[in-house]
This record gives sequence, C-alpha cells and structure tokens, in this order.
Amino acid sequence: MIHPSRLAALALMLTAAPAAAATIEVTIDKLVFSPATVEAKVGDTIEWVNKDVIAHTATVKGGWEVMIPPKKAASLTLKAAGAVDYFCRFHPNMKGHVNVAP
Amino acid sequence: MFTRYTAGLAALLFVSAAPFAQAADKPTDPQIAHIAYTAGVLDIEAAKLAIKTSKNKEVIAFAKDMERDHEAVNKQALDLVKKLKVKPEDNATSQALSKAAEEERAKLAKLKGAAFDKAYIENEVAYHKQVNGALETLLIPSASNAELKSLLETGLKIFQGHEQHAEHVAGMLK
Ligand SMILES: [Cu+2]
Repeated sequence: MIHPSRLAALALMLTAAPAAAATIEVTIDKLVFSPATVEAKVGDTIEWVNKDVIAHTATVKGGWEVMIPPKKAASLTLKAAGAVDYFCRFHPNMKGHVNVAP
Repeated sequence: MFTRYTAGLAALLFVSAAPFAQAADKPTDPQIAHIAYTAGVLDIEAAKLAIKTSKNKEVIAFAKDMERDHEAVNKQALDLVKKLKVKPEDNATSQALSKAAEEERAKLAKLKGAAFDKAYIENEVAYHKQVNGALETLLIPSASNAELKSLLETGLKIFQGHEQHAEHVAGMLK
C-alpha cells in the first residue's frame, strides 16, 4: 500500500516531467507527403507510411536520409533541433518540411 | 484514323506537345493503355543498357531507379487492364515511340564512358519531357475510364519526378 502523500508526489513528478516523445505519422500517397509540414521536438520519431507502389526517400540535403520502400513504413528519431526541408531523392518534386523544437 | 495517329505521334515526338494535342482526335482507352505501357517498357530497356554500359555510379543508380519505378507502374497498368478487361491495342503512336527508342538505343550502343553517360541522361530528360507532355495534353484528357485516368495522373507525377531527377544527374555530369 502506497502512502497517499507518496502517491501525490509521484503524480506531481509525472506531470512535471517533460511530455513523452511522440511518434508522428506522415503518409505518402500518390507522391505527396501529408502533412507536408510536421511540428516535432527533439526525441520525437517521424514515421513515413508509403502507400505508393514505388520506393521513395525522405532526404535532407547534406543531412539525413530515410529509405521508404513501396507499401512499407520507415522511421527516424529526430536528434537535433531546427527547421529542415526534405525531399524524395528519386522524385525531387516531392517535398516536406520538419520543424524540430529543442 | 491516319490523322488521329499522326497527331498523337506528333504529341509524343515534340517537346512542345500542346499545339498537336489540341488538334488531335482522342485515342481510345485500349490505345492509351498500350501507349503508356510501351513508354514504360522503352525506358526500362534504355535503363538496362545504361546499367550494363555505364561506369558512373550516379548514372547506374539513376538507371536502376528508372527500371524499378517503371516496372512497378507497368505492373499496376497490367493489373488494371486485366481488372477492367481492356485489351491494350497496338497503334501507330506506340509503334513510332518504339522505333524512335530503337534508333536512340542504336546510337547509345556505339558510345562509351562519359559520352555514353551524357547522351543517356540527356535523352532521359528529353524522353520524360515528351512522355509527360503527351500524358498531360493528350493521354490523360482522352482517358474515359476513371481508374485509368487516375493511374495516368499518378504516372505523370512519378515521371515528372524522373524528369527532375534526370536533370539533376545531367547537371552533375557537366
Ligand atoms: Cu519518390
């Protein structure tokens, strides 16, 4: 049996702790990233779900790249704060944007 | 009949397709399916030649992307025509495309090294421009089946991506 005061303290700790890292889903359908812009924070994971029959990438020039096979999902955990534009290396007409808060 | 084919052909063979397409009679869905499928096959054949011939990492990677994407799209097209019970119908536009591609391949087959890479990629830019122009101005507006139209529209987006990708690789070869 936990003492009520301990329980209160625990509850306080939980609420005071930073929000848990989230997984944010971006769908790819007919060569469109949606949502096109994602608001995230360091530690969050973006998961791209590819509904197309062709492979795509999420590529940041001079930065990270995620390969997203056809009819599959792939993810990336954001490690640095900042705003980045990304695109598909195979189909550069596909564009997305991620804002990463610290 | 002859005018229709000539106009369709013109749309595919010239980069500025719009004036020709405006004058064109509509190709039928079985003809459109055949033209779109043929255009894909021809790019796959060019890609295979490039994978075999080129020594350039970027060019080979690009060719593999073309092979993979066009095979995926053509598989979709085959599944769709089967589902719709449409029999793709050979036509003068498909034949003219094939003939032009054959001539291009014969030209490419004589080249090696950087000259091959440059010619292949420049042709990829031009070819995707032509096919995209024809899709936009002739094939998509002429398609009467909604699913066929939708597949062509997705195809157009994919091939517009290829065009940009090819332009990027062409820029790197300079
Ligand atoms: Cu892509």
